[in-house]
Amino acid sequence: MKRYFSWAVLVAGMGYFILPLVGLTEFSLSMRRGEYSFDAYAAVLADPTFRQTFSYSVVMALLTIAFGVLLVVPTAYWVRLKLPRLRPYVEFVTLLPLVIPAIVIVFGYIRMFNTSSWLPLTGSTTGTNLLLMFGYSTLSLPYMYRAVDTGLRTIDVATLTEAAQILGAGWVTILARLILPNVLVAVLSGAFVTFAIVIGEFTLAALLNRPAFGPYLQLMGANRAYEPMALAVIAFGITWACMGLIQLVTRFSKHTKAAR
Amino acid sequence: MAFLDIEHLEKSYGPTKVVKDFNLGVEKGEFVSFLGPSGCGKTTTLRMVAGFETPSQGTIRIDGRDMARLRPNHRNIGMVFQSYALFPNLTVAQNVAFGLKVAGEKREVIDERVAEMLDTIGLSDLGARYPFQLSGGQQQRVALARALAVRPQVLLLDEPLSALDAKIRVSLRGEIRAIQKKLGITTIYVTHDQEEALSMSDRIVVMHQGIADQVGTPFEIYNRPTTRFVANFVGTLTLLEAEVIDPALGKVRIGDTEAVLGRALPKGKITLAVRPEMISLGSVPGRETEVSGRIIDVDFLGSVIRLRAQIGDAVLVFDTFNSSRSVPPKVGATVTLSLAASDLLLIGE
Ligand SMILES: Nc1ncnc2c1ncn2[C@@H]1O[C@H](COP(=O)(O)OP(=O)(O)O)[C@@H](O)[C@H]1O
Ligand SMILES: [Mg+2]
Repeated sequence: MKRYFSWAVLVAGMGYFILPLVGLTEFSLSMRRGEYSFDAYAAVLADPTFRQTFSYSVVMALLTIAFGVLLVVPTAYWVRLKLPRLRPYVEFVTLLPLVIPAIVIVFGYIRMFNTSSWLPLTGSTTGTNLLLMFGYSTLSLPYMYRAVDTGLRTIDVATLTEAAQILGAGWVTILARLILPNVLVAVLSGAFVTFAIVIGEFTLAALLNRPAFGPYLQLMGANRAYEPMALAVIAFGITWACMGLIQLVTRFSKHTKAAR
Repeated sequence: MAFLDIEHLEKSYGPTKVVKDFNLGVEKGEFVSFLGPSGCGKTTTLRMVAGFETPSQGTIRIDGRDMARLRPNHRNIGMVFQSYALFPNLTVAQNVAFGLKVAGEKREVIDERVAEMLDTIGLSDLGARYPFQLSGGQQQRVALARALAVRPQVLLLDEPLSALDAKIRVSLRGEIRAIQKKLGITTIYVTHDQEEALSMSDRIVVMHQGIADQVGTPFEIYNRPTTRFVANFVGTLTLLEAEVIDPALGKVRIGDTEAVLGRALPKGKITLAVRPEMISLGSVPGRETEVSGRIIDVDFLGSVIRLRAQIGDAVLVFDTFNSSRSVPPKVGATVTLSLAASDLLLIGE
C-alpha cells in the first residue's frame, strides 16, 4: 500500500515537471501547420540579435566565472587556513545574494556608480559591462563559495600548505599548483551553475541596459508565438548540458578518488 | 657553535608556556630525537625550527645563520609529516619533483634527481602512481624522498611512523636511519616511542612539560637517567626507597637488605632504581646482593619472561630469557634474586 503511494507521488511529481516541458517542446515544433518542424528553431538561429545577445552572455558568463574563481578560491582557502573561526560569518555573507533580490542589488549599483558618483562606472559601456559582471558574480557567489568550500574540505589544507611551504613554495605557487587543482572539480561545478545563471539572467542586464540573452528572451516572448518556445527549449538544453558536464567532470577526475 | 643551534627557545600560547628554555646543539650529520609523552612540546619545538611557529623568545641558528626573519619557504629545511601530506593531485614522481620545480631547476636535472631519489627509497617503478594508490609505508617513503630531493640543510620528521602498523614501523625506521647515514643529513626526529628513539638516534632529548629533561646518547639516557621522569619514561623501572647508612662507602639499607653501591651518596633518604634486566633469578657470580621474595606475576612475552616479585613492601620487576629447558617459576613460588649493587641507579628529582 505504502509502496503504491510512493510511486503515485513520484509519477505525479515527474508529471508536474515533465508535462510542461513536453507541451513546450511540442508547441515549439508546431510552427508549420499540420506537421512537426524545426521552423521556429531555424527562425531563431537565423536571427542576428539571437547570435549577438547569446554570444554576449556567453562571454559575460566566462568573465564572471574567471572573476569568481579568482575571488572565491583564495578567499575560501584563506578563511579555512587562517580564520577558521570566521567561517560561519563568511558563509552567511556569501548567502546574502539569495535573500536580497537582484533588483535591490542593481538599484544599489546604479546609485553607487552612476555618472555623478565618485566612480562613474555606468558612464561607459566597458564600465557598465564591468558592473554587470560584478553583479553576476554576486548572484553566483552562494553557489561558487559553497562548491569551493566543500572541495577544500576534502583535503587537509593546513598540512598540505605547510608541506608546500617547506619545499620552498610561495602563496601564488601554492594556490595555482596545489589548491586550485585539488578543488578543480568543485570549481567546475560552481562554474557551470554560474554559466546557467548568467545565460538566463534578466533583471541586472535589463536595468543596466546591456544586450544580454535574458532580455532578448523576454522581448521575443512578448512579441512572437513559436520562437520564444524554441528559445526556452534551447535555454533549458544549455542548463541541462551544464548539469551533465558537472556529472562528467566529477566522474573523470583521476585523483579525487583519493580524497579523504 | 653547533650546526643547528637552539638557544633559550621558548613558546607561549597566551598565558601557557609550552616550551621552556630549550637549548640544544645538533652537529652536522647528527640524528637527534625528541622523545616525550604527547603534549610535552615536541611538535611545537620542531615547528619553530621549521618556521611555522614564531618563538616567544630565543634564537635558532643553522650553519651560523639566524633563522628568526626567514619564512619557512626560505629556510631550506626538509620536513616529513605524520599524515604524509603528499599532494593528492600529483603523481609520486611529481611529488618528489615539487621542490625542485619551485626552485626553478632544469627539466633534465629534475628528472635525474627524481629517479635517484625514487631509487633511494626503492620505489623506482611507482613514479607514475598517485598517492592514493600506495600503501601508508610507501606514501611515507615518498614523503621522505620529496623532502630530501631539494638537498635540505636539516631534515625534520614529526612522528613519521605513528600512523603505520608495527611491522612496517620497525622496517621503515631502519630504512630511514640508513638513508640518513648515507646522505649524512642533520636530522631531528620527533617521537613518543622510546624504542624508536633508542634504536635510531645518535642522541636523544627527553622532553617533559616543555622542558628538555635530559640530553644524551641512547646508552646514557637508558643507563644513567638523571631525573625521575626520564627514568620512568624510558624503559621499565622499579623504584626503591633507600636510606643511606654510610655516605662515603655508598652503603644503603633497602627494606631489611643492605647493599654497597661503591660510590659516594648523599646523606639521608634517597630513591634508587633498577632495570628488569639487571636482576637475575638465583645466585649469579658478580651479582652479590641477594634478596628473597615471592613471585606474584608471570608474564610470558616470547623471548623474555617478565616476572614480578614481592620483596618486603616493594615489588621488583625483572626479566629472564625464555628457554625450552627451564620452566619459569610459578606464582607464589619463593625465589632468590641477585643483582650488582653498582647497577642501582640514583634518581634525582
Ligand atoms: N596553536 C596552539 N594554541 C594553543 N595551544 C597549543 C597550540 N599548539 C599546541 N598547543 C599546546 O602546546 C602543548 C604542546 O603541544 P605539542 O608541541 O603539539 O606537543 P607534542 O608534539 O609533544 O605532543 C600542548 O599542550 C598543546 O595543547
Ligand atoms: Mg606532536
